Amino acid sequence: MIEPLLANTDVLVIGSGAAGMYAAIEAARSGCQVMLIDRSLIGRGGATVMAQMTVAVALGSQAPDHWSHHYHDTLMAGRGLCNESLARLLCEEGPACIEEMDTWGVGWARKDGRITAAFAPGHDRPRCVYVDFLKTGPAVSKTLRSVVNKTTGISRSGDLCIVDLTKSDGVVTGAVAWHVSSGAPVVISAKATIVATGGLTRLYRRNSGSANMGGDGYAICLRAGAPLIDMEFVQFFPIGHLAPRLIGMDPIMWDPFRYKLGGRLLNGRMEEFTQNYGVPEDGRYIITRDVGTYAILKEVEASRGSPHGGAYLSFQHCSEAALREAFGPVIDRLAKNHIDLTKMPIEVAPIAHYHMGGVAANAHMETEVPGLLVAGEAVGGANGANRLSGNAITEALVFGRQAGRTAAARVKAMRTSVPPDARETLDLLRGEERKDMPNTAEMLEALQAIMADDVGPLRTQTKLERALSRIDQIDAALGARPFGVAAPFDLTRLDWLDLRNMVMVARVVAQAALLRTESRGAHQREDLPGMLPEWRVNQVVRLKDGCIEISRMPAAPIEVAAQ
Amino acid sequence: MSEIAILKIWRGPDKTAGCFESYEVPYEPGQSVLDGLRWIRVHKDPTLAFRYSCINANACKECMMEIDGETIYACTTRLEPRNMTVEPLGNKKLVRDLVTEIAPPQERLRQK
Ligand SMILES: Cc1cc2nc3c(=O)[nH]c(=O)nc-3n(C[C@H](O)[C@H](O)[C@H](O)COP(=O)(O)OP(=O)(O)OC[C@H]3O[C@@H](n4cnc5c(N)ncnc54)[C@H](O)[C@@H]3O)c2cc1C
Ligand code: FES
Repeated sequence: MIEPLLANTDVLVIGSGAAGMYAAIEAARSGCQVMLIDRSLIGRGGATVMAQMTVAVALGSQAPDHWSHHYHDTLMAGRGLCNESLARLLCEEGPACIEEMDTWGVGWARKDGRITAAFAPGHDRPRCVYVDFLKTGPAVSKTLRSVVNKTTGISRSGDLCIVDLTKSDGVVTGAVAWHVSSGAPVVISAKATIVATGGLTRLYRRNSGSANMGGDGYAICLRAGAPLIDMEFVQFFPIGHLAPRLIGMDPIMWDPFRYKLGGRLLNGRMEEFTQNYGVPEDGRYIITRDVGTYAILKEVEASRGSPHGGAYLSFQHCSEAALREAFGPVIDRLAKNHIDLTKMPIEVAPIAHYHMGGVAANAHMETEVPGLLVAGEAVGGANGANRLSGNAITEALVFGRQAGRTAAARVKAMRTSVPPDARETLDLLRGEERKDMPNTAEMLEALQAIMADDVGPLRTQTKLERALSRIDQIDAALGARPFGVAAPFDLTRLDWLDLRNMVMVARVVAQAALLRTESRGAHQREDLPGMLPEWRVNQVVRLKDGCIEISRMPAAPIEVAAQ
Repeated sequence: MSEIAILKIWRGPDKTAGCFESYEVPYEPGQSVLDGLRWIRVHKDPTLAFRYSCINANACKECMMEIDGETIYACTTRLEPRNMTVEPLGNKKLVRDLVTEIAPPQERLRQK
């Protein structure tokens, strides 16, 4: 085996999305040495750079607003399951982060000098700031990346995939990474470690996220002894692009069109249908994500879907001038894909998009395990059973900043660092030469198919049990030791490491979904429709002797924020 | 018979040790070259190495390579039912197959 490389830092930040970069900046400007790493390239591999829409924040720049209104809407959307201290942190500190981003030159869209806010479903007033045209995520990512570059004390490295955290006497002491571009293991010793690895959309065949979103952080933290929460709540984005084939644009790109222009959601018979699910839209855009997803899938099930198995979205009532004004250059990119919105509707269908669940943390971003902090989408609880649009980027910024702060305080209070015990992970990375190596890319697709078909938005006991037994089969084929070799960019080795995490996280999602015998928000059980008062509980997942254990914890009482 | 695209792909750990290998990929209108490369990994050879993150969104800018001699993103280049040559970037250090060292030096692991 290649000798492990050693690195040492005060704060290790895993993942360079909005959460990881803000955490790194905050910890470094509090005087810490920070190592910011990513399995992909810095600032490019996650969901942040892909976000195209809006950021929800009670700035009150256009019309009066207050964080408590945002908080109220967030709790309502969460269907009674939000962790109130996290939701409150998100809403209360959102404005400060958005304003700081503004001073860093992110370029929030403005009208008459004031930052403009769009209206998005579930919010009681226009509250969602953005960067035109579909550039919110790229602008956020680029801005943070340039601040990271300018901040002293942050060393950065891409191509470093974290395999596991290291622990000594119950305390997290750093992590072991696999350096993808050389194949070498790397042992990183840190006084505080922040997991900011984003979500799990890659578990599903059709998803809006990147190839790095296999839920690594959830698996890594679970193995290190930190509990997960609300893992059954995977958010599907109702109107992901389905047809005609579109390249060079993310499938969720229609949302900004709907914010600005409304648009009509039609079934295969060209009839509006959302009113049958309790939400008459009348050309506006008000349906929340959980209800939208449910409505479209139910139409498809009743043989009223569009030809490719979704719904139509039509902007044919908009003039060419109106479309051009709202979307400028995007209209030309659509034309290259032979899409003319004045002449045709497009087809959309639900697509895996975001994870409400995640690692359990308090409002300081501390997990149950000392030395281990989390930030961003990796954190569970702030959004309960359903997330409002725009809350995810705010969450990434606010939680990232808070995690950086807490980490810096921990570092200041510690005299020496504990040397990491990396033996187990280094031994794992020695791997195993196999002649009959299964095709890891094919296994990954098989897992995605299981999740999409049986652990998607509409669930039943039969489907979930079938999924669990199929996940077991994949797990058995995977075995206990990595395939591939410790060579530069061995994707079979990387796939094996990914599958190890994805199988664990898939099992957690399916088991939590099987246990929740009701329907709530993003978790819809077709065999058990309706929300039950006794299920106002959060499910907590722990790993005990390698086995998943799920317990219940009463959700916080709904207390609507005082003005 | 359904149409196919033939991707002639550079395989090897450095620019002196390696060769081109050809793969037949079923062609569907509207697909990207990246779709073709991902199809090869699932159906033919999972060891084929290339960089990509955002898959289709053209946001991560990691899938840049040389396709028919042109430096371009694999996820925005259409797959076509003909011979297409796919090579790593000529002006960057080769890591393996189509993967090159594209990160700025200060964003790479400093190996002592
Ligand atoms: C297409 C799309 C559009 C979206 N639009 C919006 C929007 O308009 N508004 C909104 O509020 N939200 C939106 N969301 C959600 C939002 O973008 C994300 O929730 C948010 O960006 C998450 O930020 P993060 O920093 O937590 O994680 P990410 O930005 O996902 O970053 C995580 C990073 O961790 C790295 N990583 C993962 N595993 C490892 C490992 N094992 N080792 C090392 N590194 C690792 C990844 O490579 C990645 O770079 C969108 C999501 C998608 C996919
Ligand atoms: S895969 Fe991200 S730009 Fe091509």
